[in-house]
Amino acid sequence: MIITKQKPLEEILEFLKNHKRIFIVGCGACATLCKTGGEEEVLQMKKILEKKGFEVTGDVIPDETCHIPLTERKLREKKKELKKSDAILILACGSGVQSISLTAKQPVYPGIDSLFIGNVLRFGSFVERCSACGNCYLGETTGICPITCCPKTILNGPCGGVEEGKCEVDPNMDCVWIKIYERLEEKGELDKMKKIKSPKKYHLKKNPNSLTVDK
Amino acid sequence: MQSLQESLKSNQFTITAEVCPPKGADVKDFISKALALKERVNAINVTDNQRAIMRLGSLGASIILLSHNIDPIYQLTCRDRNRIALQSDLLSAAAFGIKNVLLLTGDHVSAGDHIDAKPVFDLDSVQLIDIASRLNHGFSAIDKPIKGKTSFFIGGVVNPGASPLEPEMITFEKKVQSGARFFQTQAIYDIEKLKRFLHFVNKLDVYILAGILVLKSAKMARFLNDNVAGVNVPQDLIKQLEDSKDPLEKGIEIAAEQIRSLKNICHGVHIMTVGQEEIINNILDKID
Repeated sequence: MIITKQKPLEEILEFLKNHKRIFIVGCGACATLCKTGGEEEVLQMKKILEKKGFEVTGDVIPDETCHIPLTERKLREKKKELKKSDAILILACGSGVQSISLTAKQPVYPGIDSLFIGNVLRFGSFVERCSACGNCYLGETTGICPITCCPKTILNGPCGGVEEGKCEVDPNMDCVWIKIYERLEEKGELDKMKKIKSPKKYHLKKNPNSLTVDK
Repeated sequence: MQSLQESLKSNQFTITAEVCPPKGADVKDFISKALALKERVNAINVTDNQRAIMRLGSLGASIILLSHNIDPIYQLTCRDRNRIALQSDLLSAAAFGIKNVLLLTGDHVSAGDHIDAKPVFDLDSVQLIDIASRLNHGFSAIDKPIKGKTSFFIGGVVNPGASPLEPEMITFEKKVQSGARFFQTQAIYDIEKLKRFLHFVNKLDVYILAGILVLKSAKMARFLNDNVAGVNVPQDLIKQLEDSKDPLEKGIEIAAEQIRSLKNICHGVHIMTVGQEEIINNILDKID
């Protein structure tokens, strides 16, 4: 899921300073789980904006704001409230914001920042394990991703910055290559680490990427 | 002085030092520091924005050394350039006559003074060494022939004090397989650890220059122990520095003693002084 974090309130108010009537959009999927764009947070934002003197003309929480047709349908149901507003504040990831910005008549503003594709460790605690790099290495690294978990995206073993198995960039973080080494050794598969890995094929990670599934 | 390659190939005890390019376009001090070492060391490393702190480029600074008849070891990291820029800079270096290249992954951007910069790391050190070898064979990274092959003497770094050591040795062997012919080690104070490493290396056809980082005070030694990966200054050296009236002089003595004890066990030493290059001559005076 996409992990998000609310922007500082001052930044949101700076966006909205030339507007008066705000429509708020949340998201029923990832942003709800991250507690950044669910029912509670949308209501909270509404209260804050009203306290700051804005009129909140309405709100909506599509099931998945990144789903363009579903989100457009939801917004059509709120046509009147939307029309009354002079800005839309969106509490969803950057994909969610762009489901709306293409067709919106009024200016659109993000209320949260998108951080990473995350795994849930426990409720409210997330970690990044995959960067969607387009060319998965997990088969060669015992299921641990060096592209995501090594700050230098090294493919050929640890750098000189390892200290007692910890990463030089963040001493609280395990060096991913030491972890990979330990697991490969345990499984008698060190040959996988000894093999020189060629430079990564970055053309597989297109910006922007798109995909159409053939049925 | 013999060049790095000549000295190593003729089995002479080889000495290299490090000079950091300036944070600006004024190269007067840089040149005078390098000239002061010219007759004492075989080659001088030119660091590439060391610790991710922006400085004058290592290619330009290496060319300057070359113009003063000093053999440069051109350092190049993967942090700031993609594979196109890295190959392009290597070709430029070759065209200017630079022979020695030290190829590293590089410190992370977060360690430096431009923390908002995009960390590139398109390649890692093993892949960069492999690509430099391809250029030596007349091919680019995509296996297309290039006009005029290079003749680099390719080097890498290794940390004999790494903990755990085995994964570091796997990376080291990959660098050797990819074409690295000489290695400069992380600063090493534990000669037994170095000996174990050299025993492992003996079967490989590579030259090892042991890293000597001159201790300037007990405070610096403790800082290294707390902050620099794989560096472990023994307590008795810290005590010697602490008890000394002139810790810098003591540090110079310690470094000279280390170099003397290494003379028969490795191919040479690489002396690092963190900006105080003028003391290198004092150290070398003590061992001659």
